[in-house]
Order: sequence, then C-alpha cells, then structure tokens
Amino acid sequence: MNPAAIAAMSNALAIIGNPSSLHADGRAVRKYVEDARDILAKHIGCAPSEIIFTGSGTEANNIAIKGIYWQRNAEKARPVIITSSIEHQAVLEPAHWLADHEGAQHITIPVTEDGVISLDALQLLIDEHGDSIALISVMHSNNETGVLQPIADVVEIAGDIPVHSDAIQSWGKVPFSFKDLGLFAASLSGHKVGGPIGVGVLVLRRGIDIPALIHGGGQEREIRSGTVNAPSIVALATAISQSNYSSHDVAALRHSFERGISHVVPDAQINGADADRLPGISSVTIPGALNETLLLLLDGEKISCSTGAACTAGVHRPSHVLEAMGLDDDSVMSTLRFSFGATSTQRDVDAVTASLADVVARARSAR
Amino acid sequence: MKLIAAMSGGVDSAVAAARAVEEGHDVIGVHLALSSNPQKYRSGARGCCTIEDSHDARRAADVIGIPFYIWDMAEEFHENVVENFMSEYKAGRTPNPCLRCNEKIKFAAVLDRAKNMGFDGVITGHYARTRESAGGKTLHRAIDPLKDQSYVLAVLNREQINGAIFPLGDTEKVDIRIEAERRGLAVAQKPDSHDICFVPSGDNAGWLRDRMGSEDGPIVDQDGNQLGTHKGAYTYTIGQRKGLGLTVPTADGSPRFVLKIEPVSNTVVVGPREDLAVTSMKGERAIVCGPEIAPGSHRGFVQVRAHGAALPATYSYDNGFLSAQLDEPLLGLATGQAMVVYDDDRVVASATICETA
Repeated sequence: MNPAAIAAMSNALAIIGNPSSLHADGRAVRKYVEDARDILAKHIGCAPSEIIFTGSGTEANNIAIKGIYWQRNAEKARPVIITSSIEHQAVLEPAHWLADHEGAQHITIPVTEDGVISLDALQLLIDEHGDSIALISVMHSNNETGVLQPIADVVEIAGDIPVHSDAIQSWGKVPFSFKDLGLFAASLSGHKVGGPIGVGVLVLRRGIDIPALIHGGGQEREIRSGTVNAPSIVALATAISQSNYSSHDVAALRHSFERGISHVVPDAQINGADADRLPGISSVTIPGALNETLLLLLDGEKISCSTGAACTAGVHRPSHVLEAMGLDDDSVMSTLRFSFGATSTQRDVDAVTASLADVVARARSAR
Repeated sequence: MKLIAAMSGGVDSAVAAARAVEEGHDVIGVHLALSSNPQKYRSGARGCCTIEDSHDARRAADVIGIPFYIWDMAEEFHENVVENFMSEYKAGRTPNPCLRCNEKIKFAAVLDRAKNMGFDGVITGHYARTRESAGGKTLHRAIDPLKDQSYVLAVLNREQINGAIFPLGDTEKVDIRIEAERRGLAVAQKPDSHDICFVPSGDNAGWLRDRMGSEDGPIVDQDGNQLGTHKGAYTYTIGQRKGLGLTVPTADGSPRFVLKIEPVSNTVVVGPREDLAVTSMKGERAIVCGPEIAPGSHRGFVQVRAHGAALPATYSYDNGFLSAQLDEPLLGLATGQAMVVYDDDRVVASATICETA
C-alpha cells in the first residue's frame, strides 16, 4: 500500500462520524468522502456523481452486470449478455448466475492467440442479436496476461448497447478515461492502485438508475446501501493522486525480466508478447514443469508469483484465459504470472532470473 | 533435513509436522486434494479430503508456522486407487484401498515429486516406527496397539521406507490429542477418520452398485444347486452370513456363509462355516520391506486385516510370491486382501492374497 495512503487512512480512522449523519462530525467526514470523490472523478475521467463506492471490485462487477441486465429487461426482453471469453470470474459468474436463474443467454467473444478479443466476432454477434442484447462487458486489460483490449472499438461497434468494462487491472497503470472511452459503466478496485483492500468503485453513467443488489439506507445513489467506508475512500483517493507508479520504469523491468528468462529458459514462452500489454504483467509458459511445483520452489526462494485460479479447496485450476488463447492443457498447467509494481527493482528481477535455472530443472524432474 | 509434511487436516498429521519442525527440520506442509469434486464438509468420522479438511490443514500449518500448499493428486488417486478398487471387486477380490494409496500416492507420487524437487523425505501422521539398521531403515509396529498402522504401510519398499518419517509411532493417540491442545492446534478434538475416504456413506456395496450397476446372479451351494439370487456378486464378501436372502434352509438348520465369489459366471457360492477355514495362503506382488528374506521357511506372524490379530505362522518367500502356513485355521479370508508378515514387531514383507486353502 502506498505510504501516503496509509497515512491518510490512519488520520481518517481517527475522525469519528458517520458521513450520513447531519451533525458537525458527520458533516466533516462527509466532506472528506466528497473531496475524495472529486479527486477520484478527475483521475477516472468522469463526473463525481458517476462514482458509486462499493466494498470491492467484485461487488462493482456484480452490481453492473446484474443491475444493467435488470434495467435493460424492465420494459423489453433482452436476454443476451455478451462478455469476452477471458473475463475475470467476477464478471463471468454474475453472467452465469443470470443465465441459470433468470433465463439470460450468455455468449462469449473469442480471443486471438495473442489474447485480444475478435472485433469481427463481436460485430457478427451484434448483427445477429441486435436489440435482444442487454449489455456487453469487456475488460480493459486481462489480469493474467496483461493484454489490453480495444475498448473504444467495442463501444463504437456496440452503438446504443450499454458497454461495461472491468478496468480493475488497468487503472493507474495505463491511461484510462471513462468519458473518452464512452463507457456506460466501469469497475475499479482500491488495492490494485496502492490503496486499501475492501474498497471498490462502480462508475455508472449519470442519470442511469439500475436496480440495487444491496438494499438499506440508499447511501450511494440508491444503488448501493451501507455506511460508506470513509477511511478507505480517503486512502484510495490519496493512493491514486500521489501514485509513484511509472509505467516506463515498470515496463523496462519487465523487459529485462523477459530477456533474462529467454537466456536461462530458452524454450519459455511469453503469452500475449506481440499484443499491447500492461507494463507490469508477464505470463510465462515453462514447458515440462508444473506451475504449482514452480510456485512452491520459487516461494522457497522468497519469490512470489501466481498460477491463476484456484478452487475453494485451493486446488490449482486450468486458466480459462489461457485456454481461450488456444494453449494446450500441458502449457496451461505450466504457466506462471509474474507481476511488477512501483516498488519492484532490477535487483528483484536479477534474483528471479538467478534462481530460475535451478528451480526449473528441479520442477521439470518432479513432473 | 528438508521435508514435506503430508497434512490431511487431521490431528495426527498436524502433530507429526509440528514435531518435525521442533526437531529442527526445514518443513513445508502439503495437502493432497484427492477428489476432483470435493464435498464441503465432513460428515462425522467418515471421509476426508473435503474443503473443510483442506482449511483445517492450512490453519494447522499457520499455527505451526510453515509454508502450505495444495497438490492436486485427484487424477492419480482416481486412476490408481478408485479404479483399482472397482476392478478388484469386479474380479471377485476384496481390496484395501488405503494400502494402495500409500503404495501409489503418498509414498510414490508424493515422495518422488518431493525428492525431485530437492526434499529429503515425506512426513506423515501414520502410527508406525522406523529403525536404522545396517541395510537402511526397517519398518516396525507403533507402540499403541490400537492405532498401529504398520499393516497399511507394509506396501512400502526399502527406498520408500528410507524416505518416510513417522514421528508419532512412539506415542499413544490419547497423548497426541493432549499434545495438539498444548500446541494450540484447533484439530485436537477432530474425530478420527474411518472407513474408505472416497465412500463417505460407508456403504461400500451401495457405492459399487451405483458405479458398476448390479447384475442379478445365482447363489449356489458347493454342489451347484441354486439356493437364491444375488444383486451383483461383487457386493458380497467372503465369510458374509447376513443379507443373503436364502429361502432354502440347510438340513440341520445351520447357517450358510459366502465361501467363494466367481465373477465370470456372476455366481456366489455358500456353504457351512467349517469350509471357511483357511490354513495356508499365497500372495502375489510381494514387497519386501526390510532385509532380504533368506530361502527356506521362517517362523513369524501373519496379519490379514488392518486391525486383525497377528497369527503365528511359518512363511517363505520365492521370486515375488509370499506363502504362509498358519498354526491355527482362520475363518473367512478373501483373495485381494493383503497379507503382511511380521518378525516380532518388524514388518518383513507384504503381498496380495491370490490363493487360499
């Protein structure tokens, strides 16, 4: 977490008052929250009133997918939900839920082997389903490969159909403007930008009322009830406005890392390497080694990486993202994600490449 | 040493891992996910490998302060243990899947992977002991006779025994629970698991019927006269008396027992109790657990069930086969069961029973 955000959060925690209360203490907290909303709006490229604070990015995605679906089906049946095939579970699962419980028809847009959605396929789907489409949801960039998606093109092709984008992975790393993209809704999350865990943002175009998932005091535009988490919101605004993240520096580190890997593990593959990517993500397939074994051995060297999804019991699951990109089963189970952030250094990169040769050799013999 | 602790989520494996850490070993905890479709909760003492168990294992590792990972062995487990369980029953034999799991999963797949990754061995919470000897480690009974699990470990070969560490063999179960409490492990009072982990209902016959179907067939006496009809030969066990549903009584009114299961003709043969008596047995796929067995006959003990008695016997080993003559006859021994030979408390060898007489 960004040190300035930690300080801002500590200060805010000491201020008593419910931002919805009408007394002086409440008003004071309300002011901090609204100041934060203004700052965030500037950084998101939206109006302050378009920001709805939530408890997580997952909650923002759920409100968006379900809420827009219900709103769009209020007067006319529009059963079709179109998402990319590489969305996060927080988008896919609400769509599955609507299909299972409310008769929605969930259709996914395929991706190329570089992990970019096919705009031709999207155009065909829109031609075919037209006004029975409730919404389109395409992530701004993928969380496993970092591959950026052509959101402006999606919005243009979609015409009047609402487009939601899960921009959790991109926000703060690459330019992102809600207004310039012409989005209907977007989801953001605090902890991906150096803010605290437990705060998310749903950006929803002005004047749009969608049904609520959580009912109560109606605090956030009658769409999200619950006392707003003032300290986390203040910290989030501080994190995004005082970010020390340099896309250029992080991209240089990743470049150095990927070049290092190609020396020590010559047959390693970088997934999505030919596409535009976020600066800080590298998805690496190491043939002949299981990713769970690599993770364990790297962890032993104090190097943290990830294997993608795990089920509730903690078992590694094949990544639907890599499968959608056409990787075979063995390659999927041999892929690791390395992430680089504002605090990463060349020394970290050197440490990883230095231990990789031995770790990969051990993991390969342990198959 | 660098060791991997196999942690089921139960009290035994948690204490075993904690003891190894205390002895100064560099330990990481691994939970084996053996079902690709795990149940959420344990039901009583039955089953393992639920999501709750994996959480319990993780919490125990947290308390002990060791790294924790989950290894997905569901496919290996299904292929080597569950499918073997079904095919053995289909062939009219009575398998013990726990032995199979120890042989093929815990001390093969896991130990191999651990060694290749640079670890020195695998710790489990089994109740058994090992001792150093000139030719490597030997396997021995635990001091708690009620918990002794040397029988289900007798499928380990010398190399596997050398890579296995059983920290609990010198302690009684009741003291392990007290120790777990003292160590702050929440699983201290968790019930022991019994039965077969992948048959959580405990109803083996029903489980087999659901998966293999049930084809009715004749129940006959030793002369081949049909006495009744059964619902799938493989759901019966040698020595079984109840649930046969026979309507033709014996001449003297004495009860009948399952003597033989003939899978090819789908026939169950029944007869009087005395015909169940077995005094000699032969086992195939013999595994010698310690020093070589010299040619000729030796005196020792044979055990044929996980918690069965040690039966005085004379045994010999010849080219992959283990034979034993019991001093006293034993009733109701099925092919497919494991015979384990002991020299006092040391495990000598095991084999899968293929012939009885």
